[in-house]
Amino acid sequence: MEIFLQQLVNGVVLGSIYALVALGYTLVYGIMGLINFAHGDVVMIGAMVTLTVARLLSNSGLPGPLIVLLGLLAAVPTCMATGYLIERIAYRPLRNAPRLAPLITAIGVSILLQNLAMMIWGREYLSFPQIIPSHAFSFFGASISTTQSIIVIGSGVMMVCLSFLVKKTKLGNAMRATSQNPEVATLMGVEVNTVISLTFILGSALAAIAGMMVSAYYGIAHYDMGFMLGLKAFTAAVLGGIGNIEGAVLGGLLLGIIESMGAGYLGTLTGGVMGSNYQDVFAFFVLILVLVLRPSGLLGERVGERP
Amino acid sequence: MKPFMKTGLYALLLLTLPFFTDFAFGKTWVRILDFALLYVMLALGLNIVVGFAGLLDLGYVAFFAVGAYLYALLASPHFGLHLPFWLLLPMGAFAAGIFGMLLGAPTLRLRGDYLAIVTLGFGEIIRIFLNNLNAPYDITGGPQGIDLIDPVSLGQFSLNHSVYGYYFLFLFLALGTAFVSTRLQHSRIGRAWVAIREDEIAAEAMGINTRNVKLMAFAMGASFGGLSGGLFAGFEGFVSPESFSLTESIMILCMVVLGGMGHVRGVIFGSVLLSILPEALRYVGPAQQSVFGKIYVDPSSLRMLLFGLALILVMLLRPAGLWPSPERRRELAAQGETARHENTNVYDAARD
Repeated sequence: MEIFLQQLVNGVVLGSIYALVALGYTLVYGIMGLINFAHGDVVMIGAMVTLTVARLLSNSGLPGPLIVLLGLLAAVPTCMATGYLIERIAYRPLRNAPRLAPLITAIGVSILLQNLAMMIWGREYLSFPQIIPSHAFSFFGASISTTQSIIVIGSGVMMVCLSFLVKKTKLGNAMRATSQNPEVATLMGVEVNTVISLTFILGSALAAIAGMMVSAYYGIAHYDMGFMLGLKAFTAAVLGGIGNIEGAVLGGLLLGIIESMGAGYLGTLTGGVMGSNYQDVFAFFVLILVLVLRPSGLLGERVGERP
Repeated sequence: MKPFMKTGLYALLLLTLPFFTDFAFGKTWVRILDFALLYVMLALGLNIVVGFAGLLDLGYVAFFAVGAYLYALLASPHFGLHLPFWLLLPMGAFAAGIFGMLLGAPTLRLRGDYLAIVTLGFGEIIRIFLNNLNAPYDITGGPQGIDLIDPVSLGQFSLNHSVYGYYFLFLFLALGTAFVSTRLQHSRIGRAWVAIREDEIAAEAMGINTRNVKLMAFAMGASFGGLSGGLFAGFEGFVSPESFSLTESIMILCMVVLGGMGHVRGVIFGSVLLSILPEALRYVGPAQQSVFGKIYVDPSSLRMLLFGLALILVMLLRPAGLWPSPERRRELAAQGETARHENTNVYDAARD
């Protein structure tokens, strides 16, 4: 039972991170119908920038949480700029092109970002300095660290803010209008180009925060860490219903829990044939299952054939 | 010049090419030529999926892996089996085709984006399995891979890892795949693929069973990959999960996109270009060393960086590739005309 609770806690923490990244996919997909393959790599850039700042300041005597906050202050604008540039250079010129074209540039951007990061930060795994004091407190026998609780609470706050932004503000209104019909939205006075740029910037800011969380939580960062993370977050978005904000959160949490339960119990269930080294496989099978059984996801509307 | 003389000249050039290359640059470059031909086969297979049918497959190398591992398992001391290659190559192609169908079936009803992401995932998953299926029962040899694979041989005659022997075998098979590709393109099913690529709903209205036809494209492309995989295993004599990374999938995609999606000659041009050019990048490292006294940019990451950049630039500037098919070029020109006349671009209209 204690193991179960512990895996549940780990799953929720992992799931909060997935949810935050999944929101980036869902926002862009909801508004443009495009899978932004480079989103995972924006998370990687966020992680790398935070980690670099943390390493530079680790001996400065500043308190740990402040250093991480400063890292975040550097990472968020960097990622926002990256997200803006990606949309401007690789996606905007292709809005009226055949569907295949933006998908190919998207994968091109992803490869480009990975290899730029490899040139800047090298191909080794970089470790995050031990600057955050860690207290673990016990919850019905499962231990929860401060970092873990900050991740869960932080992503919760982000999601509530985002939901408010999309549902209640003028920008949110414009975003929803653009996603329904960009041409009519233009006629109603919505600056479609600005709205799309802002959506990318918003998603990238969330990616930067997720990147900070991943690198601080696991203690490492690597130039191709964004690839698997992006794939899983996309799965989470599809599981919840792509284009749907609550869906992304639900999908992220579910996928996190499925993964950590799977990794924890797979060895026992299969009699040792398969172990936790198959953790990354779960997301993929979840994706296939969702696409076969309920392609619209748990909370999504029906996904049509190609428009 | 008469057509048959032209053909004869090309044939003579292709047949003597390895000997000239060996004379001028050494055996390493003949090996590079062998790989170029292998990539021609792979790119032609991916071209069926991406170029003809317009479905983005980002994990194509997985099918290559299926073919290579099948050959490696059934023709090496690993299990003590030594089946002949003429049995193994069709088996590899068939197995890869089955995998392609299994993978394509759940996603082909949906928008193309889903297929892209599922294939991307599959490419990684197959590597996880290849890496981990060595315990508790050793099936794939894990990260070490499988060694001492039998070379391609027919009866007493073995190619025995000779670069020349493989050149002629690969040349024969590459020309074969090019021939099959061209014939497929102009067949009933090839026209159905193009129809689906251009407008799926219209194609369906014309009585094309879009799901089956798309599945066919996917399985066909996968089986080309499986075939090349078997050849790769016999040629290298060694397979390990490292050879089947995402990088390879992207490189093959790059060959198709750069050469000209859907144009067989363009794709052949793209794959030869991209398998030979990166070899020149090898000299970038030593050149930096001699000029700056230090290696600033790692040549292998530079290679991938350029591939990523090429994908973006080709899509933005020359969406039909460096050597587009004549029909495609005409279509694009026509599209540009109408767009300029009618100002159909709503986003531009919004900005004005």
